[in-house]
Amino acid sequence: MNSVLLSTRNLHRSFGGVHAVKDVSFLVPAGAIKAVIGPNGAGKTTLFNLIAGTLTPHQGQVIFRDKPITGRKPHTVAALGIARTFQTTKLFPHMTVLENVMMGRHTRTRSGFLAGMLNAPWTWREHRQTETKARAILDELGLAAHTNETACNLPFGRQRLVEFARALATEPSLLLLDEPAAGLNIYETQELSQLILKIRDTGVTCLVVEHDMSLVMNISDEVVVLDQGQKIAEGPPAAIQRNPEVIRVYLGNDHA
Amino acid sequence: MRLRIYYPVLATAALIVALHLVLASADATYYMTQVTMSAYYALVVIGLCLLMGYAGQASLGHAGFFAIGGYTSAVLTTFNLTPYSKTPLIAQCQSLGLTMQWKDLYGAEILSFTPWVAFGAALLLTGLIALVIGASVIRLKGHYLAMATLGFGLIVYRIALGTPVLGRADGVSNVPPFHLLGSLQVNGRAPFRVQNYYIAWIVVLIAMVLALNLVHSRVGRALRSIHENEEAAHSLGVNTYRYKLAVFILSAIFAAIGGVLLTHYNGSIGPSEATVMKSVRYVAIVAVGGMANLWGAMVMGILLNFLSLRGVFGSYDDTVFGGILIVMMLFAPQGLLRVPRLRALTARLSRRSHA
Repeated sequence: MNSVLLSTRNLHRSFGGVHAVKDVSFLVPAGAIKAVIGPNGAGKTTLFNLIAGTLTPHQGQVIFRDKPITGRKPHTVAALGIARTFQTTKLFPHMTVLENVMMGRHTRTRSGFLAGMLNAPWTWREHRQTETKARAILDELGLAAHTNETACNLPFGRQRLVEFARALATEPSLLLLDEPAAGLNIYETQELSQLILKIRDTGVTCLVVEHDMSLVMNISDEVVVLDQGQKIAEGPPAAIQRNPEVIRVYLGNDHA
Repeated sequence: MRLRIYYPVLATAALIVALHLVLASADATYYMTQVTMSAYYALVVIGLCLLMGYAGQASLGHAGFFAIGGYTSAVLTTFNLTPYSKTPLIAQCQSLGLTMQWKDLYGAEILSFTPWVAFGAALLLTGLIALVIGASVIRLKGHYLAMATLGFGLIVYRIALGTPVLGRADGVSNVPPFHLLGSLQVNGRAPFRVQNYYIAWIVVLIAMVLALNLVHSRVGRALRSIHENEEAAHSLGVNTYRYKLAVFILSAIFAAIGGVLLTHYNGSIGPSEATVMKSVRYVAIVAVGGMANLWGAMVMGILLNFLSLRGVFGSYDDTVFGGILIVMMLFAPQGLLRVPRLRALTARLSRRSHA
């Protein structure tokens, strides 16, 4: 039905003696919203880091659009169309909200050092386009009022949204969201769910690490469950909810 | 790009002319010499400001690049090729116009490379060395990078101090003037004082324009993003290693240009230009001017170097700059011009200085 946008095959990564990610293989179909869940320490962020290039796997492969991207550096991965947000928001604190989102356009623009220093005319158009696109995204996400504010001055929920906007500005094919609902209240989480669905509808595939089960169950097409670095279940949300292994891992043996 | 970022350039140009008129009317044009020298030192500071303030990389060895530029130019324009003038290589250079015949202070006939050739060679050599050093150390963080650059500066100093062809402790003197275009020449002698005052300032303003352009460009934004959060910048497609290396090399070249021009202006260069204290001075000036404030760096560069050259700090010269650095780091790490009240003022003058 859908083509596979991303797949991991037998990913291994350890730190010292600890197997953070052990033999993890799964597929992400194009256009899907796939959730990665699991108890703390299950290896979810490590998995993201392996896909995004921050970490190199010790074994295994990451395949994006049928081409291996294993071990590629983060900036290369970004240029290929994979954007990510972080577990702890990593905005550029002393730059404005607009500048933060404009940075998202980096992979889609080209002016280099020489053109920059000489303020070459062909860079003017690119600069205008960058600014226009950034403002448009801020508008869409309801952040227009904060455009010229310094990023670190924004309330937490808004900062998360700005990081979202910045990731969207890269026009990604695959969006990796690392606990996007962390620290958000019920209403903000609901808005976030709607936002992720809207983004998916524009054609962006989403891989979401989350602890918030309501969000996971409401919007995911498929769910992957990790525990202690290993995949223990994969399937549609309803099946995962009833999976005894998953229940045991989250709630302990008494409830299986 | 907003034109308003160039307003200070015009203001500075006006001030430069005004200063000339003031000095001329007070019959004190001899002050221009120190202002000219300060301008060439300011070039180092501007480049360092890009490296430290925008890309966020430390360098305690930038005097080394200044010296490499200056010494290369000095040696190439003073080394007498006359004994070799019959060899095919030198004969070829002569026919290509790469050499010049001149008489030095003592009346001796010298055949040497032209200052333009020396200038090109100096920049090339500096760029290459910066590439090699930078590629090795740019992956280091914080104080490790600072220490590595410190080491580099020390090496340059020792080489300058100990190498016979570099004049050892005496350095290289008898450096000829640098004929730029027509009758324009970089020359420290009295008749050329006013001309050189303007030459130096024009070079500084060109450097400022290039730096301002860079800071306000896509690359400038990327550099700032690296400084603010390197991991996030990396995840957005910025090749952080390459960008940091490029700025390192660029700042080294700025320093080398300052070195070349000052050497021709003074007619000499010595190992004192490569000392650690010189490097500390440049860092202190960037700190005082405001890490990410190009105009602050330039203003402080001119001002503090001028005061130092005038002897205002007496024998406590190094103490002053070392002290400035300590005080800055303790009380105003973002620089004096970032102090809140002044911030509000500058914010009103230019709504957003970077965008």
